[in-house]
Amino acid sequence: MSNNVDNSQNDNEQVNSRRQFLGWGAAVAGLAIAPGVTLLDIAHGRPADEPASSKIRWGMLIDSGKCATGCDDCVSACGKENGFSGKLETDSQWIRKIELKDLRTGNSHSLPMLCQHCEHPPCVDVCPTGASFKRADGIVLVDRHICIGCRYCMMACPYKARSFVHQELEDQNPDVPRGKGCVESCTLCVQRVDRGEQPACSDACAAAGHNAILFGDLNDPNSEIAKRIAASATTQVRADLDLNVGIRYQGI
Amino acid sequence: MNFEAFHKIEERAFYALAAALGLVVLIGLGAAHYMETHGHVVTGMNNQIVWGLPHVFAVFLIVAASGVLNVASIGSVFGKPIYKARAPLSGLLAIALLAGGLTVLMLDLGRPDRLIVAMTHFNFKSIFALNVILYTGFFAIVATYLWTMMERKMYGFSKYVGFSAFIWRIALTTATGSIFGFLVARQAYSSALLAPMFIIMSFSYGLAVFIIVQSFMYAWNGMKLDLAILRRMKNLLATFVGAVMYFTIVYHLTNLYFAKQWDFERFILLEGGVFTTLFWVGQMLIGTLIPLALLLHPTLGTRCKTVVWAAGMIIVGGFAQLYVIIIGGQAFPLNLFPGMQQSSSFFDGVIHHYQPTLPEFLLGMGGIGIAFLLTTIAVRVLRFIPQDDFHHVSKEMLTD
Repeated sequence: MSNNVDNSQNDNEQVNSRRQFLGWGAAVAGLAIAPGVTLLDIAHGRPADEPASSKIRWGMLIDSGKCATGCDDCVSACGKENGFSGKLETDSQWIRKIELKDLRTGNSHSLPMLCQHCEHPPCVDVCPTGASFKRADGIVLVDRHICIGCRYCMMACPYKARSFVHQELEDQNPDVPRGKGCVESCTLCVQRVDRGEQPACSDACAAAGHNAILFGDLNDPNSEIAKRIAASATTQVRADLDLNVGIRYQGI
Repeated sequence: MNFEAFHKIEERAFYALAAALGLVVLIGLGAAHYMETHGHVVTGMNNQIVWGLPHVFAVFLIVAASGVLNVASIGSVFGKPIYKARAPLSGLLAIALLAGGLTVLMLDLGRPDRLIVAMTHFNFKSIFALNVILYTGFFAIVATYLWTMMERKMYGFSKYVGFSAFIWRIALTTATGSIFGFLVARQAYSSALLAPMFIIMSFSYGLAVFIIVQSFMYAWNGMKLDLAILRRMKNLLATFVGAVMYFTIVYHLTNLYFAKQWDFERFILLEGGVFTTLFWVGQMLIGTLIPLALLLHPTLGTRCKTVVWAAGMIIVGGFAQLYVIIIGGQAFPLNLFPGMQQSSSFFDGVIHHYQPTLPEFLLGMGGIGIAFLLTTIAVRVLRFIPQDDFHHVSKEMLTD
């Protein structure tokens, strides 16, 4: 009888220790997986075979008050990421720094200008072959396989955001294929965004501590960009054209 | 020169002319090859002036192609016998000029090797895509029109096909003007006036080209043009030149009405350097006022040589006008931030510079070469010389 009691106590202890082990194991595994789950949730990264979603509208909020004259960290980062120099007069410039001076007050501003990723892009309207197109998540791109290099999109863009590749290119980034004779423009670093990262310009601006470029989902009311746009006055460049652009400016 | 003497040298003269034009075409193709292998970096074009001299040539040829068909339309659609006799030549020139213009346009593409893509991928919201359809349709309709005019069995259909061609060419030039008219971003364009203005420009340039070609063909055959016919055609040409001037004035007055366009108007009319010179001297003086004075002069205007000179000046003025519209419209900077001075490494806020290079010019000349090589060969193979003149030329009515 006593032997039976001892045996049953031993069994209970073994079950308890097994439970404890499984419990601790689950906790450790949970702790190990949690950061990945959290990151995935924040960055909205998506598998390669999943199409872009119209539930998202990628955009940027650029605060000219935080953008310093003479700083071109965003421009350098864009060139490095996408493989262009912008040194020759005919070289592509996907992003440029514009210096503004108010002729009446003398007040000056500095801000980056890039493709505005319009909701109703004139470049897409005029492109004869459909090479210029807008993704479901609002990113405006050029399909370089069917771009014939007519440059009509460059004539139509109100922001001078597009460049034509005037010569052979070397040392390209394999993630960003480019080609002579085609038109190109800022892709919002779509290759990074699809991996769940930020565009290079936005990252570089944050790394330098300026935080003048905020990237995010304009459709998500809980995103920081949406909250800031809801809370403060922002400007659309050439708002008179009613293009509902994805790039908003603050402080001009 | 008498006809027998001419007949002896005709064959040699034909081959010499065809060889000269063929050389021009070859040089143009060579220039296009050079541009394609090196890229547009060898042209004067950049990311600010994206359409350069080849577009001026191409648009001129395309607009003139549509306008030159006007001669046939007046004959077939409106039943004027003098013009009806000129309809085959009019149709031939329309096809030849369009072929020349489209060749230049195609070879100036960044990827001319993707022509098949342009023919198989259509964004129907694009005026450019619409133009591809209108251009190919124009070839088909005008070729059919020529067939109905030159094949006796088809005579009965000529008027109907001619009417279709008339409607088609109005649509085509409307679309050509709309390439610019639909560009809301730039101050030079974005105007509904551009489509009708391009139509009337096409009438003027097309008739000027027709008169010059007709005169050379008459000279080639040792013939002289009937004075009554000359008088009618030169009066029509003067009317078209006046109409182009009217549209030009209305276009600038409309801009001047809007305060936001004043800077642009000051640029074109007063301070634009080469563009201002081309507008006043090229377009207005050489292309409009002097030809008008010559054509409307009671004695000078009845001389064949004077009319040919006037037509030549109208063509020079047409090139100047298109240069001002196409290049000048891009040279004026986009105004992204009204009321602010703008500067950047991408030339924001400054007048954009453009210096055309030799390959661009040669490509454009190649287009002209194609147009006239096709015309020369076709005229030799088939009878395109206006027929009435062989039967009704009257010595008493000749001049010079």
